[in-house]
Amino acid sequence: MLGLNKKDTTLLLVVAILTLCAPFILNPFPEGSALAQFNAGYPDLMQRFVIFGIFAIGFNILFGLTGYLSFGHAAFLGVGSYSAVWMFKLLSMNVIPAIILSMIVSGLFAVVIGFVSLRRSGIYFSILTLAFAQMSFNLAYSVLTPITNGETGLQLTLNDPRILGMSATADGSIPVTSLFGLEMRSTYQMEVGAWLFQFNAGYYLCAAIMLLAFYLAIRIFRSPFGMMLRAVKSNQQRMRYTGLNPRPYTLAAFVISGMYAGLAGGLMASMDPLAGAERMQWTASGEVVLMTILGGAGTLIGPVLGAGFIKYFENIFSKINDNVLHSWFSFLPDGLEDFIVTIVHPFIGKGWHLTLGILFMLVVIFLPGGLVEGGQRIARLFRGKKTANTSKTKTEPAE
Amino acid sequence: MGILEVKGVNKRFGGLQALGDVNLSVRENTVHAIIGPNGAGKSTLLNCLVGKLIPDTGSVMFDGQSVLGRQPHEINQMGISRVFQTPEIFGDLTVMENMMIPIFAKRDGAFRMHAVGNMMSEKGIVEAAEKMLVDMNMADKRDMHTASMSRGDKRRLEIGMCLAQEPKLLLLDEPTAGMARADTNNTIDLLKQIKEERDITIAIIEHDMHVVFSLADRITVLAQGTPLVEDDPQNIKGNPKVREAYLGETA
Repeated sequence: MLGLNKKDTTLLLVVAILTLCAPFILNPFPEGSALAQFNAGYPDLMQRFVIFGIFAIGFNILFGLTGYLSFGHAAFLGVGSYSAVWMFKLLSMNVIPAIILSMIVSGLFAVVIGFVSLRRSGIYFSILTLAFAQMSFNLAYSVLTPITNGETGLQLTLNDPRILGMSATADGSIPVTSLFGLEMRSTYQMEVGAWLFQFNAGYYLCAAIMLLAFYLAIRIFRSPFGMMLRAVKSNQQRMRYTGLNPRPYTLAAFVISGMYAGLAGGLMASMDPLAGAERMQWTASGEVVLMTILGGAGTLIGPVLGAGFIKYFENIFSKINDNVLHSWFSFLPDGLEDFIVTIVHPFIGKGWHLTLGILFMLVVIFLPGGLVEGGQRIARLFRGKKTANTSKTKTEPAE
Repeated sequence: MGILEVKGVNKRFGGLQALGDVNLSVRENTVHAIIGPNGAGKSTLLNCLVGKLIPDTGSVMFDGQSVLGRQPHEINQMGISRVFQTPEIFGDLTVMENMMIPIFAKRDGAFRMHAVGNMMSEKGIVEAAEKMLVDMNMADKRDMHTASMSRGDKRRLEIGMCLAQEPKLLLLDEPTAGMARADTNNTIDLLKQIKEERDITIAIIEHDMHVVFSLADRITVLAQGTPLVEDDPQNIKGNPKVREAYLGETA
């Protein structure tokens, strides 16, 4: 189907079903129950899942296929966000032109940065991209204040010209982003017993775009171009002596993944029309590296899993505080309860990064292929048991 | 006039004259061996032919065109394929994919953005790669990852990848270095077979005299960066100058 083989089609369908049913799947606990804080099925977080999914899918096209580790991809995310917000300010509140502009601008940006950075490989390439991203961050923060609005961040105001649209709504407030009139913030709520499911227009737009982005990534992975990118990672020497020029291949991969990042940035601004310089900071670049490696670099589904995993932890773990811990461990004797809460305290709330760091270390050491490898090992365990059972009936050959 | 003409090539690394006035002519459809003791400049000469090094003076003409100042991939597209001393193949890819890449390079040139079609639905390329795998006697290893193959198999695959491009000139840099005797003999047989079955010129740099004398039609002996003699194999064996270069002053 759609030019994919059976395995890839199944994968795409599974991802499609999961993203479309996410409002149900991510809300397994009834409203008001003790476990309700583990629910992730609210629009804001679901949007972040798919947007960072797009970001990581694009990053994986560069890092997973060519092995070039960019440490400055957040710059493209930021550039995409700024472009989108400018489009909202100047043209209209429709998200389509904003998203298109964010991809174009980030693509051009990627051509320039890629052209310079790709003269080097390995650690030097990483450092160059990091330097460029930090430069962009600092420029956005200070020198380029007329364009980026410095530390305040770029926001919509009541005096924006907005050629195709109005500067302010009839009741004097700033208009909201929409897709041909469908407001991105509009949410349909469905109450089923104790459960509350939310279906948000913005989420479904992001999810549809992520599925498209995922589909394109599968096509790239299976294409001759994708094979050439893997060849770049494997042996550039052989490539050159086979009549292939690795430079344009890596540049193309860099620009494609930059445009994915720009798309993610544009979507972020479309969901919430503001853009700040901190989106370009090196921690944001590092985050996408973590997502890709945690999920499984070079695999199709890995980066999406990694993005979901990290965003879930960021939002859920960071919300747990000492009061919640006390209520969990209240069945223990007082002294012991306090003791356990003290032990767990550094790993929750603001300390969730510590938990993430430990998880990341465990994954890199024990599952170098990321969560995908973990899944494969479990699958093999089950299949291994089956084959072990069948082989028992066979007679063992003599040694 | 040979297919490869090297004239007056000099190359100096600091105080070391690596190549001094090298002249070499490789005739079409022959196997030309370049031999010489360690440090004779064999590898430097080879690197000057493929674009890795640029000679200080002199000219290198291939098929009537100069190769000097061109990038390795451009020289390859002119029709020179190179086999490395340690097999250089795509270790993370399967044997089949390894074989398909040179065929893509032959068809599409140095760069082509070919990002939406499935590579396995490129009928012509898949067929050509499968045929080459059969020719190289590797059809059973089609879906193997190359990292786990033996050195002899890697060498065989690398030679196959070079042949898949249908080059006019195949350069071999010590193709049997570090190989077991059996693998060496297999490689010799493979090269003999290639020589008989294909219209191809082969230039080979080699240490192992057994390999050289089983394959070469013509031999150039390099010593201290300068060609000592160029002659047919039977005349090289008895040449006193060659003996001197290899064994030092005769008593």
